[in-house]
Amino acid sequence: MTNPNFDLLMWARTTGFDIALAIMVGGILLRVVEIVVLGRKKDLARPKGNPVAQGLKTIFTRSLPRKGMVKEAPVTYVGGYLFHIGFAVAFLFLGAHIALITDLTGLGWPEANKALIETAAAVAVVALIALAWTRFSNPVRRMLTTFDDWLVWTLSILPLVTGYIAVNKLFGDGTLMMAIHMLSAEALMVAFPFTKLMHAVTFAMARYYNGSIQGRKGAES
Amino acid sequence: MTERPLLPELLRANGISRRGFMKYCAALTSALALPPALAPKIAWALENAARPSVIWLSFQECTGCTESITRSAAPTIEDLIFNAVSLDYHHTLMAASGTAAEEARLAAMEANYGKYLLVVDGSIPVDNPAYSCIAGISNLEMLKETAAGAAAIVAVGTCAAFGGIPHANPNPTGAVAVGDIITDKPIINVPGCPPIPIVMTSVLAHYLTFGLPDLDELGRPKAFYGETIHDRCYRRPFYDKGLFAEGFDDEGARAGWCLYKLGCKGPTTKSVCATVKWNDGTSFPIQSGHPCLGCTEPNFWDNGGFYKPLSTPAGDYRRVGLAAAAAGAALGVAGGLMGRANKARAARAHEAVDAHDLEKKS
Ligand code: SF4
Ligand code: SF4
Repeated sequence: MTNPNFDLLMWARTTGFDIALAIMVGGILLRVVEIVVLGRKKDLARPKGNPVAQGLKTIFTRSLPRKGMVKEAPVTYVGGYLFHIGFAVAFLFLGAHIALITDLTGLGWPEANKALIETAAAVAVVALIALAWTRFSNPVRRMLTTFDDWLVWTLSILPLVTGYIAVNKLFGDGTLMMAIHMLSAEALMVAFPFTKLMHAVTFAMARYYNGSIQGRKGAES
Repeated sequence: MTERPLLPELLRANGISRRGFMKYCAALTSALALPPALAPKIAWALENAARPSVIWLSFQECTGCTESITRSAAPTIEDLIFNAVSLDYHHTLMAASGTAAEEARLAAMEANYGKYLLVVDGSIPVDNPAYSCIAGISNLEMLKETAAGAAAIVAVGTCAAFGGIPHANPNPTGAVAVGDIITDKPIINVPGCPPIPIVMTSVLAHYLTFGLPDLDELGRPKAFYGETIHDRCYRRPFYDKGLFAEGFDDEGARAGWCLYKLGCKGPTTKSVCATVKWNDGTSFPIQSGHPCLGCTEPNFWDNGGFYKPLSTPAGDYRRVGLAAAAAGAALGVAGGLMGRANKARAARAHEAVDAHDLEKKS
């Protein structure tokens, strides 16, 4: 006799995780290495400024909104920040997640309490809904939004929602909900290298590249 | 069947007052999540009900279940509850042995056919019946034969309920649970390795008083397996605060923090250990500083390691990850080189076109 909920949880902890990890790690390396190998033509002109310093600086400065933009698209900016911060806090400071990170990397840090994690998760969910709404209500943005975007949106909100349900036992079997939460995170891992989620890795490369071009020309980026 | 003194007599002989007995019945009633008004009914049933014949079969087991139930601080009322039934066959407890013992089983079966309660501890090997025999009869054969005339079956312990330790990977004997073989009788699963004594006696009391208890989808009485350890754990405030013991003797362990990171399976384990506790309510594993192993759940032995946190992968993922990284990098190099080759080919194939050419073509 077996417990199908427990078996699903074990699948998510074994085969499911292995598949998701292989696709995520393999996919990220595939894309990053490909970008690096493709390379760029050497710029023979003598640099007017410092491309490396500008490149490195740009990685950080582009995290700040350009002048006037917050007013122009407040939901996009504020919602974007809140989602990223909320998701990061909920992912990085829950005890169970830190246990996973420690198992994977050997690194660890102090855990946050339930109230903080749940507030962060709730903020991230509300921000995601607001962001979806701006995309839906504005005809231009709606036109620009592809299937890929909605998929990424769904895959990002699911771990937050399922995690909240599993921890608080809102409904359903606790073990089943925990399994579903893990599977939702694994779905995110699988999609990661092949969707816009990849920006979490490539943003630094892209920003550095853009910044260094400007730096080379002696311009501020 | 030997005639035994009835429960009231035994209680008196053991110096247990009427009041003590009623208190115990009230405890059983609350353990069963029944309204307190039913306590007298339980008491009445235990004292007066016709003592049903019970046949107890032990298969691939360690006798831990029998030990748990019979060796609690003696003489407890739990022991005496057994006297509310007529335990006609239990090869660890009965005086008779060999052929005489088997005869007792057959006689009890014949005398109470269709009415006796069958209790089983231990799993049943089905790969080769010879792996476990009693008096030359294979466990499988004995179970089928005895179950045929039973009114109901109680599978005591995780081995009987779900296969337990003998069933653990790689399951050398092909061990299965009672419910995997017998499908045409009501089966009450009372898992635990071993189960808590009062859970066992309460299930018996319920059966004697009201018949079969309410069961969950795994055949466990809902009154005892309705909530997880984590739902009722006294260390739960530490879990919620994010305070975890990281080792068995670190500051967190000494301060009594949550044992999740030491592999506690409380969140996925349904049992009343955290409230009913063991040894007459003295303590339970988590209170003694050890994470819950999840022993009331199927396949608890193969849950990825007792000391691995529930949120961590249970497989050998490092090798998979390294292989994927190498494959991904190799494919990336190949993709990059192909892209470069394409670019070079396009550059070679490039023809200069001017406005006149375009005009001619259009
Ligand atoms: S369930 Fe545990 S205690 Fe009971 S027989 Fe099996 S191994 Fe022994
Ligand atoms: S010790 Fe185990 S059961 Fe108790 S709160 Fe921590 S994880 Fe839950």
